[in-house]
Amino acid sequence: MTASIVNMNAPDHYLHWSFILISLANFLVIVAMVVLFIAAITVPFVHSRRAKREAGDLSTSASHRSEPEADPSQAGADLRPSGKQADGGLWTARLRRLWLRRLPPDKLLPDSQPAYVASWIYVFGVLTLAGLLVAIVSGMVLALEGPIWWHVSTVGHFVNSLHMWSVECFLGFMAIHLWGKFWMASWRGKRALTWMTGVLAFLVSVFEAFTGYLSQTNFDSQWIAFESKDAMNAGGIGAFFNAMNFGQTLMLHIVFVPLVLVAIVALHILMVRLRGVAHPIDADPEHLGDVGSTAADKTARDGTIAVPVRSATAGNVTAGNVTAGKVTATPTARPAALPTGPGSSELGI
Amino acid sequence: MTGSSSRRSRARERRARDSASWRGPLRRYDILKEATIAIVVVTILTVVLAVLFSSPDVPPVTLRAWASAQPKGFTEIALSELNGTSDSATYGPPYNHQSGSVTDLYGISIQRAIGVTDPIDPAKDFVLDPLSTVSGQPALTAALHRYDTATHAQQMSWLATYARVLKRASVESGKLSVQKARYGPVGELLGAFLSMARSGGLDAALVEHSAFYTTNYTDAILFIGDSWKAQHGASYWGKIVTAQKMASDQWGVMNETGSYPGQPWLWLYTMWYQIGPMSTSSNGDIEVLAIMTVCSLALLFVPFIPGIRDIPRWIPVHRLIWRDYYRGQRHGGGPTGGHDPPRLQ
Repeated sequence: MTASIVNMNAPDHYLHWSFILISLANFLVIVAMVVLFIAAITVPFVHSRRAKREAGDLSTSASHRSEPEADPSQAGADLRPSGKQADGGLWTARLRRLWLRRLPPDKLLPDSQPAYVASWIYVFGVLTLAGLLVAIVSGMVLALEGPIWWHVSTVGHFVNSLHMWSVECFLGFMAIHLWGKFWMASWRGKRALTWMTGVLAFLVSVFEAFTGYLSQTNFDSQWIAFESKDAMNAGGIGAFFNAMNFGQTLMLHIVFVPLVLVAIVALHILMVRLRGVAHPIDADPEHLGDVGSTAADKTARDGTIAVPVRSATAGNVTAGNVTAGKVTATPTARPAALPTGPGSSELGI
Repeated sequence: MTGSSSRRSRARERRARDSASWRGPLRRYDILKEATIAIVVVTILTVVLAVLFSSPDVPPVTLRAWASAQPKGFTEIALSELNGTSDSATYGPPYNHQSGSVTDLYGISIQRAIGVTDPIDPAKDFVLDPLSTVSGQPALTAALHRYDTATHAQQMSWLATYARVLKRASVESGKLSVQKARYGPVGELLGAFLSMARSGGLDAALVEHSAFYTTNYTDAILFIGDSWKAQHGASYWGKIVTAQKMASDQWGVMNETGSYPGQPWLWLYTMWYQIGPMSTSSNGDIEVLAIMTVCSLALLFVPFIPGIRDIPRWIPVHRLIWRDYYRGQRHGGGPTGGHDPPRLQ
């Protein structure tokens, strides 16, 4: 047992009033909570004057926002000088402004995409995500009843079957998606990070599946644990990851690796939304906008946000800009870059 | 302009075009609808597959089943743990300081550099400690005491004698019959060990680190695995493994029991073990690991590796993927005309 400065392993003192019996340790914790609560509601808040001043600024700012012309677009509202002044150096506000500049709502949830995104290969990205979702949900149901449940229950076995087949679908779809992206050279045009997060997601998924096979508590897991230990040990990994330690493999499978995987997948999707999908190799130069400039880059440079504006007459998408909270349609012969950018409206990873 | 500078210039232009924003034709797209349809389709597909094929569940091999099916083979492995000749006893890091399974690449061994992190003494951990938990058997207690207090040379002498007579041992009605000889307390120890295993007591005793809650099966799996290493396909475990086509020379780990798909995504990793020199090398594990590390890094950094990143241009599979777009390019005009504002198709 780990040594402590104060030995707490001796039996505690108990306080007894009428029907109440409570250990001294529990009583002290409750007393501390009550004291903290009273302090929290009575002690004057630090920087109260500054807080009042900032509250005044914010209310002024809010009255500005209520003006009709100040709210044509959520994206633009935070770019107004008054908003900046009111926000000061708040981390949250700065992050929000950066997010809206780089990834305005219409780019995050688009309703149009480049016409060349018209092949079944593009579907495998979203199918991979769907496979991951079904695997996570079926895995959560399995976790509810513990790792032995599926061996002794018909329902449990069925849920395990769902989990297994969803994993086969997930990794199968992901591999097809990866092949497709390779042959499209999808890393072109500053999309290397999109490619790399995708490959990383694939490698982590393989490890996640591996820990799943180790956690089956059957012949398969027993044999795979024994066979894989030699490679692990040869690379020094065995010193930190013991495939025969069921407790470790299960915890990795249901907690640690899924969190890492979901984080990488989220980053990958973010990159897809941010950079878009690569346009066709040797695309017609007439179909390309400012060379070396994506919508996000343009926005970062001049503070404008490109948004699609649907024409009331034709239903076509043309380009428009949001500058200082105002939307201006620009039906020019060479419109500014669309937020869909270079094919950015594909959810597929 | 020289040839190389012209090539560099073309590559720069290409990179610039790849980074350009898209002003070509658009089409309507409902991202949420697509995601919803995908989830429904994959859910239905998964349910159909689960209903049609279920999932495999071959029970794990127990020490009880092994000792009951092959008492002689089981005792041989127990003996090898005591005399230090088993795979586990000679393994090396992370279990002990031996060198039987230590691998290196060009003289560099990560395994040896990291050292022993999960110390295992098979004689003590697999055999003697479990036997010491048995109570109510004075003969066994005395045999354990005699063995523990004997010199190492004496222990080895007893074990060598027992190994000789064990070769001629017979199994009658499931019981192991070993000829009497001067093997000291070893006969009593291994006889009791076999009985303990056949009763199921050893399965619990080998799951370590806690007398009640247990999650670490390292000792039990290593002990069973020693039979595979020593007796291969003739061992109890080996017979099941080879029947299920899961041995390392059968593309092992990527396979699943029965007719189920396993981990096909491990095909490349498994493949290296099937071809020379890795298939026969004593350093096969670290060699395959090194190759896979290089392959994984190469995949990760494809965008930056000249040659590999150009393959999609050289082999124009993309012409098939974007055939509609290229067809429109050939015919020209129409909705793809670049001077018009982008339009939804």
